[in-house]
Amino acid sequence: MKIEVNGAAQQVTGATVAEALAELGWEKARVATALNGDFLPKAARATTPLRDGDRLEVLAPMQGG
Amino acid sequence: MRKFYGVSLDSPLMLGTAQYPSPAVLEAAFRRSGASVATVSLRREGGQGQAFWDIIRGLGVHVLPNTAGCYSAREAITTAQMAREMFETNWIKLEVIGHADTLQPDPFGLLDATEALAADGFEVFPYTTEDQILAARLLDAGAQVLMPWGAPIGSGLGLNNRYGLKTLRAAFPDVPMVIDAGLGLPSHAADAMELGFDAVLLNTAVAQAGDPVAMAQAFAMAARAGALACTADPMEPRDMATPSTPVIGKAWL
Repeated sequence: MKIEVNGAAQQVTGATVAEALAELGWEKARVATALNGDFLPKAARATTPLRDGDRLEVLAPMQGG
Repeated sequence: MRKFYGVSLDSPLMLGTAQYPSPAVLEAAFRRSGASVATVSLRREGGQGQAFWDIIRGLGVHVLPNTAGCYSAREAITTAQMAREMFETNWIKLEVIGHADTLQPDPFGLLDATEALAADGFEVFPYTTEDQILAARLLDAGAQVLMPWGAPIGSGLGLNNRYGLKTLRAAFPDVPMVIDAGLGLPSHAADAMELGFDAVLLNTAVAQAGDPVAMAQAFAMAARAGALACTADPMEPRDMATPSTPVIGKAWL
């Protein structure tokens, strides 16, 4: 299915957010996620299904003021 | 110094972590200044996040995640929730920006987000203006710390509305307050601390200085000097001169 990851179109086969993250190489990365604008806790990734057109944000620690 | 959600800070200097010439300079600026808090953000994963986070953790300072760049309460709330999981802290520097040119807070979105986040167990540090009514509403909404701006973010103008800040400080004598944003020189930090604020938070003035490490130290010294002066009960200014050397006993020449 086609989803949007950090603003870019991505083709994924995984049925859940956790599977999609693994597919994209972020299985072990320390990231925080939001799905369609809402926070998605780490513990919920494995049980949250993905649907065509979903918007997934994958964020990491960064410099800030 | 008043406590921030039960935490006493070793230094009244809070430093941002952005715009330094290199990670090594960032680290040296923190070590030399003894800054007690580091602000951080969350951005789209680009592969650099882990290395940055390792540096910050190694500093041994309190971490204050921000919601920089959020223009709505909803965006800020989601960002705060992500930050809490990522950085494992309930502290959040809540920014809900109202305008791209001034980066001034959107008071209405800020209030909504403060209310929602405080109810959800966050310890909110709202980035606000010096407006006293907004301050009261933020406190009612659950904030126990306020972060009034000195001047627009990155402007280096110092305390733009000194009268307003002084009034705000006097209106809420028990509330811990941080002057956040707009400081350009150590004298601005000393000024803020002399007025009775509990800490200063800055980034650009240090990171973009020719020598960020020396400037970080200068800010730390100025903030400490200002804090000490505040507790030492400064004299009241007056318009006319008054001799400090005794007049009695002066020779008749």
